[in-house]
Amino acid sequence: MAKTLSPKENFYKGILKENPVFVMLLGMCPTLGVTSSATNGFGMGVATLFVLLMSNIAVSLVKTRIPDKVRIPAFIIIIASFVTVVEMLLEAYVPFLYEQLGIFIPLIVVNCIILGRAEAFASKNNLKDSVLDALGMGLGFVMSLTLLGSVREILGNGSIFDWKFVPENANTFILFILPPGAFIVLAYLSALFNKFMIKTK
Amino acid sequence: MGKSDSNFKAMVGTLLVITIISGALLGAINNLTLEPKAQAKMAQKIKALKLVLPEFDNNPVDEVKMVTLLGTTDSTEIFPALKNGVQVGAAVVGSSEKGFSGTIKIMVGFNADGTIKNIAVLEQKETPGLGTKIKDEKFLQQFRTRNPSEMKLKVTKDGGEVDALTGATITTRAFCEATQNAWDAFENNRKTLATQKN
Repeated sequence: MAKTLSPKENFYKGILKENPVFVMLLGMCPTLGVTSSATNGFGMGVATLFVLLMSNIAVSLVKTRIPDKVRIPAFIIIIASFVTVVEMLLEAYVPFLYEQLGIFIPLIVVNCIILGRAEAFASKNNLKDSVLDALGMGLGFVMSLTLLGSVREILGNGSIFDWKFVPENANTFILFILPPGAFIVLAYLSALFNKFMIKTK
Repeated sequence: MGKSDSNFKAMVGTLLVITIISGALLGAINNLTLEPKAQAKMAQKIKALKLVLPEFDNNPVDEVKMVTLLGTTDSTEIFPALKNGVQVGAAVVGSSEKGFSGTIKIMVGFNADGTIKNIAVLEQKETPGLGTKIKDEKFLQQFRTRNPSEMKLKVTKDGGEVDALTGATITTRAFCEATQNAWDAFENNRKTLATQKN
């Protein structure tokens, strides 16, 4: 991890250079599991972004008071609390999304991006940098998941954000909606992303 | 950075404080969302009822009846629909565990004569783009205005009258089973439902 980054770099690194999905390949479980449509990917991304932001804030605020040996359990409690909050809020106010995402919401707790950022960044940096880091990483995650979901939905269902652009009876590549499609699309996007990144450097 | 010591007292104390704070936070949010959560559930149910039932003027949710399914210990809900005190139909929740990935729960609305008015999907975890087409107009169309007593609720492959969804025969089978369940529950309780009001 680079020692000194300007606030701007701190923010953008999550979106491009250290993109959690396409570059660091973290948080693969929700990435592959829920991205069968653009809406699902976006919803999952936003839920994760919220948890990441809150946990980074909390961790960076309490970091000096937590004894080193119990820091992981302490972080996990903080993260789990926020995830449960998100779950309750979604169930109450966005029941449609809650149903779609189902089991993947509680699983945000074990998303390695969140614990990873808490441990590697928020516990060593001040509040402002931690917020920027969380926003950058979170947005990177949202964008990656939405992109992945969009590609799978377009190829597999002929629609985007539930807006159908092919005739009702058209044959689409159903493979891309099914789990193997997630791996294929992720691999291609990841390859393209990395190629593009190296070129622009 | 002034890190706290990792002695026993500090560790226990820290974790204690954190868990207390998080417990209090969760309790507060839970209390706060209790009402909207129940409302969201209710709204979903009422929406489904409105969709599947003939026009009614009572509150089917209040008059819901729990009945046991034939040959099982499971019970299901029947929502009677009344207009001017006369029974015009009922909505029955039917479910099947044989979906492609878990339970399929549907609400079937029957007219008083037993023909299907409409079907709404309440719960499903089917494959997006394949099994989820059970929600589509084209699929549901074949059930409407049919009377399950005169219709073989089975996929054509199995000798029935239901056209299976492309690539989702298992889902279609489960859907048929759920509809059959709902019909059985409706048929068995038709008399009690009709007389109950008098």
